[in-house]
Amino acid sequence: MNKKRLSAEQRRKNTLSAILAVICVIYVFPVLMVVVNSFKLNTFVKTDTFALPTGEMYAGLDNFIKGMTFGNYPFVKSVLYSVVITLMSAFLILLFTSMAAWYIARVNSLFCKVLYFLCVFSMVIPFQMVMYTLSKTADKLKLNTPWTIPIVYLGFGAGLAIFMFVGFVKSIPLEIEEAAAIDGCGPLRTYFSVVLPMLKPTMISVGILEIMWVWNDYLLPVLVLDINEYRTIPIHIQYLKGSYGTVDLGATMALILLSIIPVIVFYLTCQKHIIKGVAAGAVKG
Amino acid sequence: MKTKKISNSNSIQRATRMWSPLFLGPVVAAFCIGFVWPFIQGIWLSLCRFKLVSDAKFIGFDNYIKAFQDASFTHAFWYTALFAVTSLVIINVLAFIVAYILTQSIRGSNLFRTVFFMPNLIGGIVLGYIWSMIFDGILSRWSTSILMDSKFGFWGLIILMCWQQVGYMMIIYIAGLQNVPGEMLEAARIDGATRMETLFKVTIPNVMPSITICVFLSLTNGFKLFDQNLALTAGQPFIIQPDGTTIRTTEMLALNIFNTFNGTGSASQGIAQAKAVIFFILVAGMGLAQLAYTRNKEVQQ
Repeated sequence: MNKKRLSAEQRRKNTLSAILAVICVIYVFPVLMVVVNSFKLNTFVKTDTFALPTGEMYAGLDNFIKGMTFGNYPFVKSVLYSVVITLMSAFLILLFTSMAAWYIARVNSLFCKVLYFLCVFSMVIPFQMVMYTLSKTADKLKLNTPWTIPIVYLGFGAGLAIFMFVGFVKSIPLEIEEAAAIDGCGPLRTYFSVVLPMLKPTMISVGILEIMWVWNDYLLPVLVLDINEYRTIPIHIQYLKGSYGTVDLGATMALILLSIIPVIVFYLTCQKHIIKGVAAGAVKG
Repeated sequence: MKTKKISNSNSIQRATRMWSPLFLGPVVAAFCIGFVWPFIQGIWLSLCRFKLVSDAKFIGFDNYIKAFQDASFTHAFWYTALFAVTSLVIINVLAFIVAYILTQSIRGSNLFRTVFFMPNLIGGIVLGYIWSMIFDGILSRWSTSILMDSKFGFWGLIILMCWQQVGYMMIIYIAGLQNVPGEMLEAARIDGATRMETLFKVTIPNVMPSITICVFLSLTNGFKLFDQNLALTAGQPFIIQPDGTTIRTTEMLALNIFNTFNGTGSASQGIAQAKAVIFFILVAGMGLAQLAYTRNKEVQQ
């Protein structure tokens, strides 16, 4: 009796596994279609979207070669700008917001309280509210190049980062820093050699959140940067459509494939951290 | 002993304060450039008529009145609200079911979790183009396209958002489900509760905090949606009204504001900024409602 019930339970679980496996295949399907269509001649992408690129449909690497200079802008350049902007922004945000968060958590002043309140407040502001004035301010202050736009990202992204860091710093016992002070550490040394190493798990979470945000962001760079000169990957892909009436779908898919490969590789290598980091960002507020 | 400790940490505080320009300076400067100043200026400009920031003229609440009279704005509002609520229900039901199955210790649950979460990392613009290719591939058999009918645009965007967000909400639900005390489930089983009874009377009440988070998250995500909307349909199909204005039938609020900023009318920048302020009040209101709701819950517990 007992054995029979157990096997029924097992059978139920296997059915669920099978159902999920089918959903999984459906889930991967869109990405698979990108791969398939990036090797297909443009004329067949629209008519035979779901067919394998065999025979006369097969385009070889033509789409990738064409895609490199497609849209009157070298794709490599936009990859480069995306990498520079993302890494610099993440670095600036991690370094400066963690320092500010430690200060806010440890020093009891009205200014700190106001600043912290403003940070929390800024998390619920939609970008549309400030997009016009922010782009004009950035223009005026000459922050409209890939080398300076990280400062804008630091400003608009500070809220969430400070909120997460303050939450973590408050859970660190004060005694550790007091011991450091007794041993003769000044605030600077206390922060960099005592506090900073302890912040590592939150650093990873915040870092991943900011990297995903900046890498995929379209609206802020398109408003701030001069897009004739500087394009990030999302801008490049959006302007493939904008520059022509009809789009070369084969080449577009080739570029999309090239732009999601690094993301998927990054995801598969540090999956655990990414899921943890993204989930931590959800519990804000 | 105790007093000594307090005075000690006070002296640390005093030493730390001397370094405040270094610790706070960069963030405060960038925060003012990237948030505080644009925010204040944005509120001021919503009360002005302007083409350039330098020639803004105060006109009171005129922009707000014009924004509410703008048929494309009210259309975008109702369209967005309908979209946000529909996607909220579908995404959360699907995510909860998947999370519930995945926590039943079935085979391959790690692989499933990895796959379901993956679309989250792909940016909105790229997602839009991937799906517009797929939808057009299907619809071309009936020689139509996603840009032809606003119903296709609506449900297309819902499918896209489900694909992107179910995995994300699933992660939050899994965390919630794993926190349901095992003894409670055991007790329900011993008392002879059926699987459904256990689900609705034990499991769901215990994951209410996760449900609250996910509901508010998908609601605000739906309202703030921009990239996917722009890349998938960009508001098409358009309807030209008798009075000459255009309604972009699948245009959501954020895109409507963006398009108004790019408008050519002499007052359109001011109206766009007024719309942005209304949009901000709407979204911030949801955030505050969530905060109040969760605070309230915490007090009760």
